[in-house]
Amino acid sequence: MTGWLQVAVLVLALGLVHRPLGDWMARVYTSGEHWRVERLTYRLVGVDADAEQRWPTYLRSILAFSLVGVLLLYSLQRLQALLPLDNGMASVEPSSAWNTAVSFVTNTNWQGYAGESTMGHLVQMAGLAVQNFVSAAVGLAVLVALVRGFVRRGTDRLGNAWVDITRSVVRLLLPLAVLATVVLVLGGVVQNLRSGGDVTTLAGGSQFIPGGPVASQEAIKELGTNGGGFYNANSAHPFEGPTAWVSLFQVFLMLVIPFSLPRTFGRMVGDRKQGLAILGVMGLLAGISLALISSFQAGALPEGQEVRFGGPLSSLFAASTTLTSTGAINTQHDSLTPLGGMVTLFNMMLGEVAPGGVGSGLYGMLVLAVVAVFVAGLMVGRTPEYLGKKLGRREMTLASLYILTTPAIVLIGTAVAIAVPAGQAGMLNSGPHGLSEVLYAFTSAGNNNGSAFAGLSANTPFYNTALGLAMVLGRFVPIVLVVALAGKLAAQGKVPVTSGTLPTHRPLFAGLLTAVVLVVVGLTYFPVLALGPLAEGLS
Amino acid sequence: MTTPVLDRAPAPETAKPTIAWAPAFAGAVRKLDPRGLVRQPVVFTVWVGSVFSTVLAVLHPSVFGWSIAVWLWLTVLFANVAEAVAEGRGKAQAASLRKAKTTAVAVREDGREVPAADLRPGDRVVVVAGQVIPGDGDVVEGIASVDESAITGESAPVIRESGGDRCAVTGGTTVLSDRIVVVITSKPGETFVDRMIALVEGASRQKTPNEVALDILLSSLTIVFLLAVVTLAPVAAWSGAGQSTTVLIALVVCLIPTTIGALLSAIGIAGMDRLVQRNVLAMSGRAVEAAGDVGTLLLDKTGTITLGNRQAARFVPVGGASAEEVSQAAVLASLADETPEGRSVVVLGGGAVDRPAGAAFVEFTAQTRMSGVDLPGGRQLRKGAAGAVQAWVRGLSGAVAPETGSRVADISEAGGTPLLLAEKGPDGARVLGVIELKDVVKPGMRDRFDELRRMGIRTVMITGDNEATARAIAAEAGVDDVLAEATPEDKLALIAKEQEGGRLVAMTGDGTNDAPALAQADVGVAMNTGTSAAKEAGNMVDLDSDPTKLIEIVAIGKQLLITRGSLTTFSIANDLAKYFAILPAMFAPVFPGLDALNVMRLHSPESAILSAVIFNALIIVALVPLALKGVRYRPGTASALLSRNLLVYGVGGVVLPFIGIKAIDLLVSLIPGIS
Repeated sequence: MTGWLQVAVLVLALGLVHRPLGDWMARVYTSGEHWRVERLTYRLVGVDADAEQRWPTYLRSILAFSLVGVLLLYSLQRLQALLPLDNGMASVEPSSAWNTAVSFVTNTNWQGYAGESTMGHLVQMAGLAVQNFVSAAVGLAVLVALVRGFVRRGTDRLGNAWVDITRSVVRLLLPLAVLATVVLVLGGVVQNLRSGGDVTTLAGGSQFIPGGPVASQEAIKELGTNGGGFYNANSAHPFEGPTAWVSLFQVFLMLVIPFSLPRTFGRMVGDRKQGLAILGVMGLLAGISLALISSFQAGALPEGQEVRFGGPLSSLFAASTTLTSTGAINTQHDSLTPLGGMVTLFNMMLGEVAPGGVGSGLYGMLVLAVVAVFVAGLMVGRTPEYLGKKLGRREMTLASLYILTTPAIVLIGTAVAIAVPAGQAGMLNSGPHGLSEVLYAFTSAGNNNGSAFAGLSANTPFYNTALGLAMVLGRFVPIVLVVALAGKLAAQGKVPVTSGTLPTHRPLFAGLLTAVVLVVVGLTYFPVLALGPLAEGLS
Repeated sequence: MTTPVLDRAPAPETAKPTIAWAPAFAGAVRKLDPRGLVRQPVVFTVWVGSVFSTVLAVLHPSVFGWSIAVWLWLTVLFANVAEAVAEGRGKAQAASLRKAKTTAVAVREDGREVPAADLRPGDRVVVVAGQVIPGDGDVVEGIASVDESAITGESAPVIRESGGDRCAVTGGTTVLSDRIVVVITSKPGETFVDRMIALVEGASRQKTPNEVALDILLSSLTIVFLLAVVTLAPVAAWSGAGQSTTVLIALVVCLIPTTIGALLSAIGIAGMDRLVQRNVLAMSGRAVEAAGDVGTLLLDKTGTITLGNRQAARFVPVGGASAEEVSQAAVLASLADETPEGRSVVVLGGGAVDRPAGAAFVEFTAQTRMSGVDLPGGRQLRKGAAGAVQAWVRGLSGAVAPETGSRVADISEAGGTPLLLAEKGPDGARVLGVIELKDVVKPGMRDRFDELRRMGIRTVMITGDNEATARAIAAEAGVDDVLAEATPEDKLALIAKEQEGGRLVAMTGDGTNDAPALAQADVGVAMNTGTSAAKEAGNMVDLDSDPTKLIEIVAIGKQLLITRGSLTTFSIANDLAKYFAILPAMFAPVFPGLDALNVMRLHSPESAILSAVIFNALIIVALVPLALKGVRYRPGTASALLSRNLLVYGVGGVVLPFIGIKAIDLLVSLIPGIS
């Protein structure tokens, strides 16, 4: 009963917020005015904010920005001991520093390390928290470029990446994060700059109580679908998730931007129904996933679950964190039933599109829509077009490579890890469950989710390097393809909509798109799922 | 002329050509050469799998291993059969065309004989009755009747004359009468017939843009599934469920989109072939594809929307004459008038009556601008242009009813042509009434335009008439827009404007002044009766010279794309069932729980895998007729088409293989040696 109520409250809240937020985001990316603080930023960085970029320049800006992010974050960790606010932590070891730097820049937030015993406040605040904001902003910028590709006609300009990133942070993520922080602090999440200290407990023992800027970190961790916890236990730690409603609020934060973006998309393309159709597909997939995970978890042993708040909230949290590319956890996914765990895996395997990460979820879904339109469009007797754009050889090459990329990373990574001794060494379990753990790690990294199945000693040079590669490729190869696609689309004219045009705003198309997501993307993983969670769950 | 095109599936009259399987199989075997197969990535992947599985079967012989190898080869073979069958149809046509190219010598204007193969553009040759025209060209001197049946299949001869829009002649056709001088316009080996032969044989076939895009998607799916299976090998081995290479190859072949991969080129060839069967030659597959995308149709009024001639539509009595009187007089006056207009007056007046004995018919001349009849007893009837008839009546001191002028003006304004009917009787001469001649819209055109509108296609009527007349006819026919008093420049501008807005434009044309517009249009259909310039500029030629066919061409283009999309959907949807057949077969022996996925309750792992492979191969052959004929196409909105095709080919594609694989499994389990 409580479970139903929680879902109802969540859906209601998302329903209420997605319109104003979606509309606001559309305004953010279409407005011609710069805020004063933004002007200042542009002047400091030396960017002409009114100059629009062609797609290669837009892409270079995004990639360069991310590269600088990786280098900075890597240096901060490696030099931690020499810098202030290190809270007595040593400098981070190279493979772990590389893994963490990449992890936060790619919006994955896979954590091979334990937060409270590795990172001091400086790294947490100036490194990780900053990337929590800007990596989400990068996702949004890429999305906006793609949407502009659909909207614009006959131009080689996609907008200005620096402006899109800056505005995402200044007008969207920062205000929302401040708001969310206040709510979280009110809900009892810790927020201070202390390094913690020993206290004497009621029973007379001594316990170390860590402190830190947790609530502010927590807010952007969920909002930006990042997922990197301040503590190793992530949202299961009572300082990160003190009460049931705070936990629910965190779920809301993860979902709110991804579920509002279809509205933004609809607004920007000038047809809100197009956004609604996409929202419908995301909602449907998310609903199916939640239903499945809840039914698989019903009556399961509470071991590893968030026992304070009950099973349903654990399922809801697990579904939401894997459906968005957040990866925060309040439950150890390793302890879910095999089939429940398979659902979290499958959620990520869909490519993080229902609703997916901030920005990345929608651009992934739009690429899948391109594939769906291509096949279905032919069935109405026209060469396919989506939102007035013809899907020809160039467009399909990019879309095809996109759907090829993540499965390739995940499957090759898993196969290599399982075949080489260095990979096998990290596996704590044998049999199907051991396979699930490795598969989960590469699925999570390749899809930039960041949650872990545990049961895998991933803080080894092999996994740090391999998963780091999976994260980089899983993030930036799709980004290259999407921005290129945006460029090709923007250069086209626009085909007028007639009754002979494939309608892409009706339930029929939404159903078709759902089927394409499940069949084209999902089926790829069927064999390996059969050997992992299915073999375990059906035995 | 009025072939109701859209209310039936295209090609019923020719849709039943039997499939020549035997020569197709021979051709398919020849096509096993991998150098040719590389062009089809999916089929090539199967070919590689066949080679591997054969080697494995030789090294580790077993009934299962050999069965898989054989069926994989059959899969490749069936894919080739599809293409060979499609090509085979063109071969017959090409053979008959080759017969047309039999002239060896040409006679120059100066009387010298030269080999026909040496003719260059600009050469002038003389062709007289009984001779074959040695190359494509334009008549510059004389007039002749020409038998073009070798190309068009139409046995009635056509007139070709110098100057004007009927000057083009085609090499290989025969002059039946008179003598003409022809200036050659084609290079040797590149004549119209040469190009036709290449086209129908598919020799010059290039992949069309959409085909290329689909190929890319299919290749990418092939790579994804290849990766899924290749990476499965170490994972399965680690899990203690290691698989033989043969099984893994079988899995790859079943998962990659072999069905559409095998049928893709056959669908393209068959689409061109459907046009050829309708006597339309597309110079490129690109044009056929573009036809499906057409957003605007430019249709000439005369001959396409209206019947070629104006017809009597109404009798308007004036000056107190009765309707009966007018009607009878009109019929009598037109009895000898053999023009279409004259015959239509008789029809409107109730049909022909016996010619009154002693009646003298007056022929129409350019001077009098009247025709009619002088009946015994002095009664004279005249019909003709308003001015001429009024002058005739006044000349006989007769009465012109005062309302005559306004009636005539009304009809003119409404787009019709008024003819006056007058008589000279015992009481003097008088105007009896007005005959209204109108352009008659072909029956069924309005329905067809409604249908086109539902398909999202705009129709624009092109006419030389004035705006008012054009609007009136347009309203009656139900076209969306008109271009009145159209000059070639206007047409060109209209096409450019439509294209600017993102619409693809199709049009027909025959005159030299149509050439720029034909070249500009996305689908330009030149009439075979037209000039060489027009034929050169268009990307299709209609050998029947029937402009109505444009609508049919659009339907064929759409059908081609729908067939491609439907079979792709079907092919991908098939994968689900194959997974349920093969995965439990592979892994259930080690993980018994996975037997729950064996929903078809297949006999054994080996029979399950073999059944999936066999189904995968047989479905190709089963779909060859559909690929050649094209899926059923009913014009309608995109939504209606999508829901129907999704239901049939999407849902059907999910369900059918479950049934098919189960049925095959029942048979396969009987094979001795299959566990």
